[in-house]
Amino acid sequence: MKFKSTLENYLFVLPAVTIFIIFYIIPFIWVFQLGMHEWDGILPTKTFVGLDNFKEIFLQDKIWWQSMLNAGYITLIALTFQNALAFLLAWACDREIRMKNWFRVIFFIPPVLSEVVVGFVWQWILNGHYGLLNYWLVKLGFAHLARNWLSDPNTALTTVAVIHSWKGFGWGFLIFLAGLQTIPRELYEAARVDGANAWHSFRKITMPLMIPVIVLVAILTILGTMQAFVLIIAMTGGGPAYHTQVPVLRILASMRGSSRFGYACAQGITFGVILVLISFIQYRFSKRARV
Amino acid sequence: MKNSAYYKTKNILINLVIYLFLISVAITCLFPLLWMVSSSLKTQEMVFKNMSLIPKELHFENYYLALKEGEFGRYFLNSIFYTVSVVIGIVIVASLAAYAFSRFEFPGRNLIFYIFMAAMMIPIPGSFVALYVLLNKLHLRNTALGYILCMINVGLSTSIFLLKTFFDKMPKELEDAARIDGCSKLGIWWYVALPLATPVLAVVVVFNALNVWNEYILALIIFDSRHLMPLQVALQQNFQGEFITRYPLLMAGLTITALPIIIVYLLMQKYIVKGVTQGAVVG
Repeated sequence: MKFKSTLENYLFVLPAVTIFIIFYIIPFIWVFQLGMHEWDGILPTKTFVGLDNFKEIFLQDKIWWQSMLNAGYITLIALTFQNALAFLLAWACDREIRMKNWFRVIFFIPPVLSEVVVGFVWQWILNGHYGLLNYWLVKLGFAHLARNWLSDPNTALTTVAVIHSWKGFGWGFLIFLAGLQTIPRELYEAARVDGANAWHSFRKITMPLMIPVIVLVAILTILGTMQAFVLIIAMTGGGPAYHTQVPVLRILASMRGSSRFGYACAQGITFGVILVLISFIQYRFSKRARV
Repeated sequence: MKNSAYYKTKNILINLVIYLFLISVAITCLFPLLWMVSSSLKTQEMVFKNMSLIPKELHFENYYLALKEGEFGRYFLNSIFYTVSVVIGIVIVASLAAYAFSRFEFPGRNLIFYIFMAAMMIPIPGSFVALYVLLNKLHLRNTALGYILCMINVGLSTSIFLLKTFFDKMPKELEDAARIDGCSKLGIWWYVALPLATPVLAVVVVFNALNVWNEYILALIIFDSRHLMPLQVALQQNFQGEFITRYPLLMAGLTITALPIIIVYLLMQKYIVKGVTQGAVVG
């Protein structure tokens, strides 16, 4: 009887576990196996090459590290510009204002749209010849600023980073707002009675209490932005000349472009380890900051 | 008196600045979408010349062309089919597992649960390469079933987490009463637990629906045949090639892709806010 009941309990988790093993655990293991092979994805035989793929990544693959730097640059802009904007908006909304719900609804529209849609719409607005942005720049007398935003090597990466921030700030905004709303109003009241001005209460009450939330948003931003690539496919395709290449695009190119499945997996492992290290360091750092 | 007038003006000024800031960001959020719709209603000739937001004439035939010539009608139905199938799959599979993790005792329960949770936090950027190989071996590549199963897996961990957290807080009295009445475990899950979990199920449904509708990379590597592709991949494939300069058609295609998401979002935004803030706690 007991045995039968336990068996029944397992049946409840069986579908989830089966799907999870087939589509998560097995690919996970295969990534590591394939990473040590040279394989074109078609031939029945794979050549074992040990750590050669990793050697190549670390010693020869300049474009890979360039793409890592590019992703780092986009992430830096997302961490500063995007998150500062999100925080300011949340702070501005965390009071008795009219249309508060409207703002909340509108700010989260870019995040619910797909990266393909966002990428194509902005590509059209930023188009060098017929785009609306250049049209307005010329009209308002800033013709010298007008350029081919996405195919000019000087501006392509920054433009992509700004559009990425446009798409993403709504996430941070919602999380920051939820965090701000948990701070008891009495704290601000008490501070005001004691003669603190707005800047003081912001620095002495809001900031310290928000640090865990800020760290959380920072980690989510780093993990999300480093791995972003669909927006880039839709906007620049990685060009001009590798200027907007990012790691996941390189993995995709190794797999589909040069048919090197093993190398693609090795790139994936390298990238995954770097991501885990970053979030681990940040987590440790945030723990120390809180004490 | 002078003092209070000073503070009053200062407050009004601060409020003015805050409103200006919020409104300008809100316009930045909305304008690209309005421009998308506006461009989708212009002719191929006008779209390059007429830079006003309101088109002189409305050319709805772009939508007809996109749906018919661009075959967006088919891609739209594909997207609907994948989204509905995956969401139904996730709701059933995740709620069964979450219910067991919350209510039943069995050896290895916590271990299995923690493995699911760990999967949520470990990024494996190269996993689509291995998934491609796996689906090839299983003869599931370039099939709807292969894509649906992969996407069920993608949403599984988070959904199990959300549902288990909810079940843990849910009172057990009704389920106990049902058991005494002779209801089976499966019956209790279906007739008692699931209806009570409607609020969290709404979050799970909305989030996974958005996720599947907007998914790109797995669809890109799994489907070779155009007639199986969902909207996101079809958009990118179509307009990278022959349609690239036909902006009104492209914009019509984008509007067709974005509109369902915006409607669902506006109707269900309460649940989305809830999901973002709850989901953030996990990360």
